Amino acid sequence: MSQLVFIAFQDNDNARYMVDAIATDNPDAEIQHQPAMIRVQAEKRLVINRETMEEVLGREWDVQEMLVDVISIGGNVDEDDDHFILQWN
Amino acid sequence: MPVNNKKLNLKDKYQYLTRDMAWEPSYQKKEDIFPNESFEGIKITDWSQWEDPFRLTMDAYWKYQAEKEKKLYAIFDAFAQNNGHQNISDARYVNALKLFLSGVSPLEHAAYQGYARVGRDFSGAGARVACQMQAIDELRHSQTQQHAMSHYNKHFNGLHDAAHMHDRVWFLSVPKSFFDDARTAGPFEFLTAISFSFEYVLTNLLFVPFMSGAAYNGDMATVTFGFSAQSDEARHMTLGLEVIKFILEQHEDNVPIVQRWIDKWFWRGFRLLSLVGMMMDYMLPNKVMSWAEAWEVYYEQNGGALFKDLERYGIRPPKYQDIANDAKHHVSHQAWSTFYQYGHATNFHTWMPEKDELDWLSQKYPDTFDKYYRARFEHWTKEHTEGRRFYNNTLPQLCQVCQIPTIFTEKDDPTMLSHRQIEHEGERFHFCSDGCCDIFKDEPEKYVQAWLPVHQIYQGNCDGGDVETVVSKYYHINIGQDNFEYIGSPDHQRWLSIKGKQPDAKAGGANQDAA
Amino acid sequence: MTIEIKTNSVEPIRQTFGHIARRFGDKPASRYQEASYDLEAKTNFHYRPLWDSEHGLNDPTRTAIRMEDWYAVTDPRQFYYGAYVGNRAKMQEAAETSFGFCEKRNLLGRLPEEMQTLLLRLLVPLRHVELGANMNNSKVAGDVPATTVSQLHIYQAMDRLGIGQYLSRIALMIDGSSGKGLDESKGYWMDDALWQPMRKLVEDSLVVQDWFELTLLQNVLMDGLLYPLVYEKVDQWLGENGAEDVSMLTEFMRDWYKESLRWTNAMMKVVAGESEANLALLQSWVDDWEPRIYDALKPLAQATSGVDALDDIRAQLATRLNKFGLHSQGVSA
Repeated sequence: MSQLVFIAFQDNDNARYMVDAIATDNPDAEIQHQPAMIRVQAEKRLVINRETMEEVLGREWDVQEMLVDVISIGGNVDEDDDHFILQWN
Repeated sequence: MPVNNKKLNLKDKYQYLTRDMAWEPSYQKKEDIFPNESFEGIKITDWSQWEDPFRLTMDAYWKYQAEKEKKLYAIFDAFAQNNGHQNISDARYVNALKLFLSGVSPLEHAAYQGYARVGRDFSGAGARVACQMQAIDELRHSQTQQHAMSHYNKHFNGLHDAAHMHDRVWFLSVPKSFFDDARTAGPFEFLTAISFSFEYVLTNLLFVPFMSGAAYNGDMATVTFGFSAQSDEARHMTLGLEVIKFILEQHEDNVPIVQRWIDKWFWRGFRLLSLVGMMMDYMLPNKVMSWAEAWEVYYEQNGGALFKDLERYGIRPPKYQDIANDAKHHVSHQAWSTFYQYGHATNFHTWMPEKDELDWLSQKYPDTFDKYYRARFEHWTKEHTEGRRFYNNTLPQLCQVCQIPTIFTEKDDPTMLSHRQIEHEGERFHFCSDGCCDIFKDEPEKYVQAWLPVHQIYQGNCDGGDVETVVSKYYHINIGQDNFEYIGSPDHQRWLSIKGKQPDAKAGGANQDAA
Repeated sequence: MTIEIKTNSVEPIRQTFGHIARRFGDKPASRYQEASYDLEAKTNFHYRPLWDSEHGLNDPTRTAIRMEDWYAVTDPRQFYYGAYVGNRAKMQEAAETSFGFCEKRNLLGRLPEEMQTLLLRLLVPLRHVELGANMNNSKVAGDVPATTVSQLHIYQAMDRLGIGQYLSRIALMIDGSSGKGLDESKGYWMDDALWQPMRKLVEDSLVVQDWFELTLLQNVLMDGLLYPLVYEKVDQWLGENGAEDVSMLTEFMRDWYKESLRWTNAMMKVVAGESEANLALLQSWVDDWEPRIYDALKPLAQATSGVDALDDIRAQLATRLNKFGLHSQGVSA
């Protein structure tokens, strides 16, 4: 059985950058556009890297900034200064 | 002091800024300071193993939350100033908000109170702080929902006395008893119930599709508070999963206790969500996804992945999950049928779906809708057209545990009502299912206390013996304004006039479709 | 014709929710009102708490204080959640600037080692007192039925956590973010004779069951002596001894305390004014706790600004309590 992790964002400008960064770091992730939200799912693991986000945004970015736009998640969370990872063991 | 020491990483720094402020007491006994931590039988051997689910110090909390609130209230202001209620898809939609404000918002407040309490109960400071942050978040949700609905309340009926109704109205005892049950439990069960079973496993089913639905129906205020609240929810969900893993890792004796709680709270949550299923399939004029689809994505798929992950602790998926999965094809139709019949005793309007909506339901529920429900709905539409709008004047039998009328059917026979009963200390108790009956059998001394609205009416505890007095005097439902059929209601009339149509035009599709 | 109908349909059919209208009339209500009144469940509770079979949920008898309507206690600041976080976000921004300034110039790292030790011994251990205050206020928030009263306490609980974190960061600045300073400071809290009466006091407060007794002893009496002592008198003493930069890092606490007086005073006035019985009960709690708090703070005063300074503050608290019809031993001298 497949074990999908997911993260959903409000559909706004911040989220578009986030989704770009996720797509870069997780080439197999599936991006779904739904009314007012963007949902990204992937098999087992999804990673958001600070470094990639900073490249996409062209500025410093704190991992906790994403708390403002996230709507929901599925998976175990591993968060530190450099990344936010969702995964199933 | 020499400063050449190794700098703390984020995790250690956060620990210094939270749990390290706590200490081992020596002037008072630990069990006197934390008297509620042990009676449930959960064994915690080492609180230092607690993994903080998120690392948000108060300064960052204030900063991010203020940012969210600023955005949110800017939209509330714009919504009210521009009379945003006129831009929704259809006024039938507002009935979903009435159910939300009277059924869900009071739970946010109860959650606030519950988390404030358990935010004091645990001897682990990391867990306390996470709970307190959720407490104040839940207060936020309770308050922003009042503010989001404030404008609707000025223009539509049925939103005017939510907290009063929540304490009294028959179907609102379903959500109320759910939260009373959790709040009266010990702190570990409370977290298993609300943080894990509700927030982590089931809350997506409440908020995500419903808020997407609000977006699809032009309800800017609700989408905004909903998604803004959900951004806190991501933290709460992380807490929910962390709590379960922590308890399970602490001691093997905790596994059967937690399993029993997961079974119980999955089932209670599933029953509670029948109301949400009905909102999604019947109360959103523009539909996003069916309840069955939402259940598949957010329970079967996500829940499946979760329970597979928890297997290593000896946890299995909730008991009666198969029954719940099968019921996704039925619950919304059965619930809406019930509310349609009892629309004289609700603070929102009910109606029969229009033809294109019936077709949508047929398409989304190919195995069940045409076979079991469509004909009944077409019959009721016909009756209404001919001047005989159907209302059921017999008060229903309620389940002793979930408090929903015993309207649901057997898994293997959708024409057979599911009903269980047992005798306890010489008294007979009735249930909607094995799931609810099992919950009773585990703690009969708790569930015999239930305040069952129908029993209470019959016992004369609701300001009167007849339904009309109860509804108007005790419930504060304004008869002829808040209740009955949507077509022709004051809300409907007002909506027609907003849209520049003649109020007496009776443009309601149901009549025409049935002809 | 159509236009006329449209105009009418914009007119509100009511101005506010029923429960707000019953209190204030059907007129446009403030956000504070709609967020704060009568939101909690009041009746028809289903089950009794397993953790307290003597009381129900939202039970007003969890304190011996009796009010006809707890909603008589309101917040002069009119804080609902959004207003609260908005205000604190501004305060933290100012604090962040001060902390950033100190950090960049290593102002604490450059202090003489004896002064660093004094800060770790005399100021930073107060983070533990703050955690006690955080726990006590969270308990009160969970016990109080009326939202106007309960929300005051959850804001207070989170504020105390934040203040504890600011105090901790002072140590992290001294020890170069290694945590060693915090370990040292916690050692003083646990074992230094100077702190033991205070630690005992905080632990004693953690077993108080009556929530109004708890808010009185924590937010009125303990804070009423501790905040002016530490953040005015000790602050001044530190300045006189070459650590005036620390003052920048405790500005948040001074502003915060001044602001908190608004609601604690308003609450005390209403509750003490409700009945003779309330007043007598409050007086008995003041008699019990005020001297213990004074004694617990004495060693800190002795080691810093002197007992006279503490007596001075004690007299100020007595004057404040007098306004509610209460008396304390502070009027001595």
